Amino acid sequence: MIRLSHVRVQYPDKTVFDDLSLTLPDSGAVALMAPSGYGKTTLLRVLAGLKPIDAGELSGLENKKISFLFQEDRLLPWVSAQKNVELVSDANTAKHWLNQMEIPDGNQLPREMSGGMQRRVALARAMAFGGDVLLLDEPFKGLDEALRARIAGRIKGKFPLILLSVHDAQEAELMGARIVRLDELPSD
Amino acid sequence: MKQMKLFLRRALVGAFWIGVWWAIAFFVGLPKLLPGPKETALAFARLCQTAEFWRSVGFTLLRVALGYGFAVAAGVLLAAGCHWIRGVETLLSPLRTVIRATPVSSFILLVWLWLKRAHVPVFISFLMVLPIIWTAAQEALDAVDGDLREMARMYRFSRWKKIRYLYIPSVRPAFMAACMTGLGFAWKSGIAAEVIALTPDSVGKHLSDAKNYLEYPDLFAWTLTVILLSMALEAGLKALARKRKGVDK
Repeated sequence: MIRLSHVRVQYPDKTVFDDLSLTLPDSGAVALMAPSGYGKTTLLRVLAGLKPIDAGELSGLENKKISFLFQEDRLLPWVSAQKNVELVSDANTAKHWLNQMEIPDGNQLPREMSGGMQRRVALARAMAFGGDVLLLDEPFKGLDEALRARIAGRIKGKFPLILLSVHDAQEAELMGARIVRLDELPSD
Repeated sequence: MKQMKLFLRRALVGAFWIGVWWAIAFFVGLPKLLPGPKETALAFARLCQTAEFWRSVGFTLLRVALGYGFAVAAGVLLAAGCHWIRGVETLLSPLRTVIRATPVSSFILLVWLWLKRAHVPVFISFLMVLPIIWTAAQEALDAVDGDLREMARMYRFSRWKKIRYLYIPSVRPAFMAACMTGLGFAWKSGIAAEVIALTPDSVGKHLSDAKNYLEYPDLFAWTLTVILLSMALEAGLKALARKRKGVDK
């Protein structure tokens, strides 16, 4: 189990979580939902180890390999889509995941691709990296409904645990994820 | 067609300024003191036929290239040191400020006492280019996209991968621009050092001699040599930069 107990997370100008306690399973898929600005991205960053907590405890992620699809695509603009994915895996894995994400031409530079295609390359990279936990921050941003369904079907079950932040319940449903509403968590 | 037009336009502009030069020289009417394009071209052609000319050009190029090469290497190392090691910037930045603020002639006269005459231009070129490369490379390193740095950390890029695929491409545009600017500085300061230090087998020494013996056509011809070589070096570096572009894809 992944446990966050009495966690406080703050930025210089804002406290995002003051006393957050939450338990997440070791396996399956969990979708984090909350209104904008509630801290979904911050929570994923905390779980990824990119944002240290200011108080409280976090356990259950020790020695786990975590793959993270950031809210932004964060692709290296000077190398091809194929190379972007290859840099975290190998040529065959990169090719496989680009195919899965329906990117036919891996030789294109990110700037030569549409926003939706760039998102899928970023997704391919997160998938190709592999690991125990996959964190997805708004994975389906910029994808149409039919594509969302196909992509979700290919991501589902590929990691022991998938945690994603979504805006609507339909996206969680596509991933077969249990919904956790951050704005409705019981306070201790 | 577009390139042809560009070439023609440049040729016309060049012809215009050569015409202006010719007109001034014609009206002054003292070809020994203000040689026109024809006298300069003749002097240049005469110089080109001597072994002395090519030896001097070769050695000058070598000295400037050495100073420039050392400066680029040291500038990159210093920039990396200042970026990654806390305290290095604090310790070394006054040195950079002093180098930038001190007139090149002061440095030439200073090192003239300490170094061999052949080494003065190398050191001066090095000193003039160093702060340019150092500053540009460090600023570019400091400006590397934080999101991409975080991405590289998250996806466990090795140190080599980070340098090869994140830092080098991020820094390259500013670094190449600084190399281009630095080349001009290396060339001009190196030759100035040769003139003052009277470095044997050098373009600068010939410039100085031509001035001392009032051989102004030769002075103009040596100056023309300096300009042509500077243009050739700049074009070479630009071609190299173009060749490097897009190799990662």
